[in-house]
Amino acid sequence: MLAFTLRRFLQAIGVMLAVGVIAFAMFRFAGDPVNQIVSIDTSAAQRAEIRHSLGLDDPVLVQFGRYFINALQFKFGVSYQFRLPVSSLLAERMPATLELAIVATIFAMVAGILMGVYSALRRDTVLARLFQAISLIGISLPTFLIGILLIYLFAVTLGWLPSFGRGEVVKLGWWSTGLLTVSGWKAIIMPAITLGLFQMTLIMRLVRAEMLEVLRTDYIRFARARGLTTRAIHFGHALKNTLVPVITVAGLQFGSVIAFSIITETVFQWPGMGLLFVQAVQNVDIPIMAAYLLMVSLIFVTINLVVDILYTVVDPRLRSTVGRAA
Amino acid sequence: MTKPVLSVRNLEVEFVTRRATLRAINGVSFDIAKGEVLGVVGESGAGKSVTGLAVIGLIDPPGRISSGEIELSGTRIDHLPPEEIRRVRGKRIGMIFQDPLTSLNPLYRIGDQIVETIRTHSNLSESAARRRAIDLLAEVGIPAPEKRIDGYPHEFSGGMRQRVVIALAICAEPELIIADEPTTALDVSVQAQIIALIKRLGRDHGTAVMLVTHDMGVIAETCDRVAVMYSGRIAEIGPVQEVVRNPLHPYAKGLMGAIPTLAGEDKRLVQIPGAMPRLSAIPPGCPFNPRCAFVFDRCRVERPEPIRQGDQSVACHLFEPAKETAA
Repeated sequence: MLAFTLRRFLQAIGVMLAVGVIAFAMFRFAGDPVNQIVSIDTSAAQRAEIRHSLGLDDPVLVQFGRYFINALQFKFGVSYQFRLPVSSLLAERMPATLELAIVATIFAMVAGILMGVYSALRRDTVLARLFQAISLIGISLPTFLIGILLIYLFAVTLGWLPSFGRGEVVKLGWWSTGLLTVSGWKAIIMPAITLGLFQMTLIMRLVRAEMLEVLRTDYIRFARARGLTTRAIHFGHALKNTLVPVITVAGLQFGSVIAFSIITETVFQWPGMGLLFVQAVQNVDIPIMAAYLLMVSLIFVTINLVVDILYTVVDPRLRSTVGRAA
Repeated sequence: MTKPVLSVRNLEVEFVTRRATLRAINGVSFDIAKGEVLGVVGESGAGKSVTGLAVIGLIDPPGRISSGEIELSGTRIDHLPPEEIRRVRGKRIGMIFQDPLTSLNPLYRIGDQIVETIRTHSNLSESAARRRAIDLLAEVGIPAPEKRIDGYPHEFSGGMRQRVVIALAICAEPELIIADEPTTALDVSVQAQIIALIKRLGRDHGTAVMLVTHDMGVIAETCDRVAVMYSGRIAEIGPVQEVVRNPLHPYAKGLMGAIPTLAGEDKRLVQIPGAMPRLSAIPPGCPFNPRCAFVFDRCRVERPEPIRQGDQSVACHLFEPAKETAA
């Protein structure tokens, strides 16, 4: 178990190194950063001075080493556009993105599992077919369209929910949360649904397929032969076995939820990292883009690691085979 | 004569498919007395397992029991409402399936699975049920049960898992155990142990056992009586000595002739030509007629009913008492 965790941890570090190289390469391939800092009438001497002060005249390897060591301390340089350290910009925006992603994921998991289990157990009912139809819509409609439709219906026509922003925010230390105020909750409903809808349909379809599969297994038949109640069989035995693969997918999906939030944040003008990133792309603000890339990969890799470890907690078979293999 | 534990009369099981209604079991009748072991043999697809599943009420749609009666100690258990047949399963009838590797839920400790079953069928407290589970594991021959009870299924060998499955099947002291090929997936040396265990449990608790198997050796060793099934019917049923030594039905003869003996004189094993008909194409008359060496005209048109021959009962026109062309 320990060896397994350690090995996965080393693999994660390897991935982060590779991403670091790519992030660093962005600086070198997206044009000369000095040109983006200075104005047109800056003299060549001044440019050289800036170049020197930024360390851009050092050998590439030295620059990479410096970038890497700084990145380890969450120093990602200074934004070209805001003239502020990227790390503080990100830290300021991160709570908004994470809160949105977490609420969206919880919505996706709860609704997805409930609908999936229902449509597996009551396969031929009208409601089950309706869920299937909804899931088809959720998978095929693009996120921004759903967001705009929701805004049109609930913000413009009915006027129940705000169409943009986070609502009132409460500061808890460095973390700003919208989940403690009514207006914050109102503001998060539509973005969270928009962001979570795709994951919800994915989870629903997965739970349904997986549960139907599990219900066909010998141990479910044996559980029935033992006279266990239908409830114990469905929700004790079948559901637990169903959730093993669902945990993996839902966990991995959390990473894409954060990545996809770029679109949702743009539609709802949600002041998170995604919106920051989109603005950075428009302004060729490479330090922000590189830092965002690193942050998202870090989140992905961390989640991957956690899911792997969680897997062994749920499934006792993995615990020993993994232990033996290691 | 006391009432039999299990009494099956004219059982018919159908599977309704889009194309046709297939009759998997067609007029099967048999009894099992208290403490008796009935072997059920036949080729794959003869309806052995379906008969077992029908008795315990686990025929899933599109299959259904279309007619006949199943009585357990005098009460009818076919067509009970789902909740009532559930209470019969595991409590009054225990079932053992073929593959012990897949019969246990891999995510639960075996102790939890046994305790869960015990508590479903009795009012025992958690700790009392756990003590009973340890006793059961000891009874089915699991060494160090108080330690093994907290193991997961994958930590047990195939034979040990089948013992756990048996413990689960007997944990509510059922009147009847249905064992559906309990040894097919096991090593030969382990097979003998499991068979001996099932036999011992049946004897100790007076439980009736219905043992479904392909293995004639197991039948000869274990059973009191044996039913030979062919194409959804019982071709011959009787005391194991008679049926094995002196089979009457041509199919049973063929089946017994196909058992190799170790002490054997160098004879070729007898083969039965052809294969069992598919459910969708059962020939009229006796289903065995296309493969039978003694076939005559009547076999092709009229279905033979069971006829008593001493302790045996055989469904074959050859044994019809002097009616037209009896042989």
